[in-house]
Amino acid sequence: MKRISLTINGLPVQVDKGTTVLEAARLYGVEIPTLCSMEGLSDYGACRLCIVEIGPIHRAKIVSSCTTRCEEGMVVRTHSRRVLDARKMVLELMVASTPGSKTIQDLAAAHGLTQVRFRREAEDCILCGLCVRMCEEQMMASAIGFVGRGPDRAITTPFDELSDVCRHCGGCMWVCPACMLRCMGPNAETTLCSGCLNFSPSCVEVYDHTQCWMPPLCGTCVRPEGDYLPAAGHVMNEKTKS
Amino acid sequence: VSLENRIGSLKELEEVRGVLVDRSDPDRPVITICTGTGCVASGAETVAESFRKAVEELQLGEKVEVKGTGCHGFCEMGPLVTIRPSGYFYPKVKTGDVHKIIERTVLNGEPIEELLYTDPMSEQRIEKEEEVPFYKHQHRIVLAENGFLDPTDLEDYLQIGGYKALAYTLEWMSPDGVIGFITDSGLRGRGGAGFLTGQKWAVCRSQPKEPKYIVCNADEGDPGAYMDRSILEGNPHRVVEGMCIGAFAIGASQGFVYVRHEYPLAVKRITKAIEDARRAGFLGENILGTGFSFDLKIVRGAGAFVCGEETALIASLEGRKGEPRQRPPFPAESGYRNRPTIINNVETWANVPHIINNGPEWYASMGSEKSKGSKIFSLVGKVNNTGLVEVPMGMSVRQVIFDIGGGIPKGKAFKAVQTGGPAGGCLPAGLLDLPIDFEALTSAGTIMGSGGLIVMDESTCMVDIARYFTKFLEEESCGKCYSCRKGTQRMREILDDICEGRGTMEQLDLLEELGQTVNLASMCGFGQNAGNPVLSTLRYFREEYEAHIKEHRCPAGVCSALIRYEITEALCDGCAACAKLCPSDAISGEKNHLHIINDELCVKCGTCLDVCAKDAVIVVSGGGEEA
Repeated sequence: MKRISLTINGLPVQVDKGTTVLEAARLYGVEIPTLCSMEGLSDYGACRLCIVEIGPIHRAKIVSSCTTRCEEGMVVRTHSRRVLDARKMVLELMVASTPGSKTIQDLAAAHGLTQVRFRREAEDCILCGLCVRMCEEQMMASAIGFVGRGPDRAITTPFDELSDVCRHCGGCMWVCPACMLRCMGPNAETTLCSGCLNFSPSCVEVYDHTQCWMPPLCGTCVRPEGDYLPAAGHVMNEKTKS
Repeated sequence: VSLENRIGSLKELEEVRGVLVDRSDPDRPVITICTGTGCVASGAETVAESFRKAVEELQLGEKVEVKGTGCHGFCEMGPLVTIRPSGYFYPKVKTGDVHKIIERTVLNGEPIEELLYTDPMSEQRIEKEEEVPFYKHQHRIVLAENGFLDPTDLEDYLQIGGYKALAYTLEWMSPDGVIGFITDSGLRGRGGAGFLTGQKWAVCRSQPKEPKYIVCNADEGDPGAYMDRSILEGNPHRVVEGMCIGAFAIGASQGFVYVRHEYPLAVKRITKAIEDARRAGFLGENILGTGFSFDLKIVRGAGAFVCGEETALIASLEGRKGEPRQRPPFPAESGYRNRPTIINNVETWANVPHIINNGPEWYASMGSEKSKGSKIFSLVGKVNNTGLVEVPMGMSVRQVIFDIGGGIPKGKAFKAVQTGGPAGGCLPAGLLDLPIDFEALTSAGTIMGSGGLIVMDESTCMVDIARYFTKFLEEESCGKCYSCRKGTQRMREILDDICEGRGTMEQLDLLEELGQTVNLASMCGFGQNAGNPVLSTLRYFREEYEAHIKEHRCPAGVCSALIRYEITEALCDGCAACAKLCPSDAISGEKNHLHIINDELCVKCGTCLDVCAKDAVIVVSGGGEEA
């Protein structure tokens, strides 16, 4: 394998050809925040948190490190002022629109974000597309994808119909940065993850039906009284019958 | 001659051209009627039909030719009729003028005084097309043939030397020679980014991967811009020829024309051109008997603005969602189906045959130091002569707007010009002498873009303009990058606040910071310029933002939440015209007495302002009268 030499934050490093800047930085212990990149899934570059500066200081270009391959002689700065300011602003936008995600809150705190100057929204999904790629590339289902553009962009099944290729594996939820901390897996049957109570059950609004099949149920679909829905498959059968 | 059979060699092509030229009589009068989209909208089809009928009735079919041509560019004055070879020019022709024009101008060769164009600046009547100020100051290369050609007729194109550049290229030049020509000419991409075309082709040619593809980007979506449309509608063979030459240079055998579905006439004409060219042997297998094969396919875009971005365009071509991806790798290295792909704008392709025909030195002799050749702009908005103008690069903004555009209508003052479409920026009056080239525009905080010039007068509110364009960008963002999708939305929200009088000075700083982040952090050319409307208006018109915030005043009297309408006592004669038309019954008063507007009922539609014959209705904002 051909080796490539580059500089990251002044440090000369060597990586294999084809390595992304993000991977190279991680390999040498430089932590770059990211929400839409995951090992085993293809590069996408949607969250814009992993941006880095490339090139000589006065003509530096800003690119997402997860989608940029290392090149011979490349000069990379992962934590320049411009980059940090831009990341902080993106995080401010994220916290304003997705206030309930612990992952995003932790990142924002780590970047010294102390105020949010935008009106608060309750959007939950940041459209990072991890679930879409998980479903397509690892689960080979392609049950969900992006629809619409601009403000109408969303992730859903074709024509918003219940998917007949979805195997309810829960992979989409497992990778989701906005809800993974709400769905940490086997808690005692009676416990609720407190964060979920802030969320409206969006899937039921869209499908008239829960789409959340990873046991135990994530909780966004739980009625305020603490009244659990029955097991997933059962719900579906019930609905189909009626 | 027949163009039904393939032309098998260069010799045959010259023979065909010879026959066509011999057959035509240069002194035979031709009535050319612009049938571009603009003139068709003002009734050119019916005018053309009446000319044809009249010529038939008068049995002049042998002596006079009636020709529907592509866009002449002076769309404001349509339908345009030019009589050739004399060059007499008639704007706004009606069916009633047809017989008069045929009898007096076509047959007797004299101008008809009352139908001639009157220059609004000098109030002089002007006889000939080339003397009209709108045309006189232009330097037309790509648009030059539009007024002479029937775009649906291959014979017409061959007669003026069509496909000569292709024949010359295939016979005498090597692919590297073509690339050298294009590089030396200094031609830069006309789609917006201004990358050196020759350099891009060279990169693509050096790629080992096969097959290679070429694409014509006709996904023109800027509001108010229609140069590409007019080229495709008016001279489609020029684009086909340019693409053929490009394909030979980089070694491609398949090309695509990616054109918007919203351009039905352009689709129709380019489809016809491709079919005709294929039949006559300029496309397909073994072109002109040289062994070179290349074919074109039309792909229609579904209307997403962002699909004009090259990586999004490729995604759309491949049948995926039109979403950009990070470059590098550039399409020239890895594009359509991961193969080297050259994407150029319609105007770029249309320039290529001219460069081959006239040589790179000729092309490089026009323009400024780093931006060569000519550029087509669509001049629209608050300007007297709207239409398409082609000028050498480096001409000043002032010359384009005042010499060619004829200045601002109704004696109002010039305020700003938006260049480069929605993601461009606004230039203030102080920068009127800025030369139009890629570098100068970028340093002034805007972009060349594909060539839109939207002129604004003093009655335009710059905050409102920034809001309009930001809203457009918000809706057209593909939504992939968080910074672009949320950034444009949040910028629009802040602009809404400011326009509605809720803005704060802190928000103004936030707006600036956000605009910079959007430009910095986004992936594609769309997002990287999405902050421009906000940043450029903040840079040049900050006091207007501050007036909205600090004084709750809209200096241009546009933002409805910050203005009131008032009736001046001294001028109102109580005609009650305003009261009659007011949709919300907000105006009261007795006949022949002063009328009064009830602010609580007023919806600020401005009807009273428009209808008042005495100019008694005024716009008041923040305590004083406004423009």
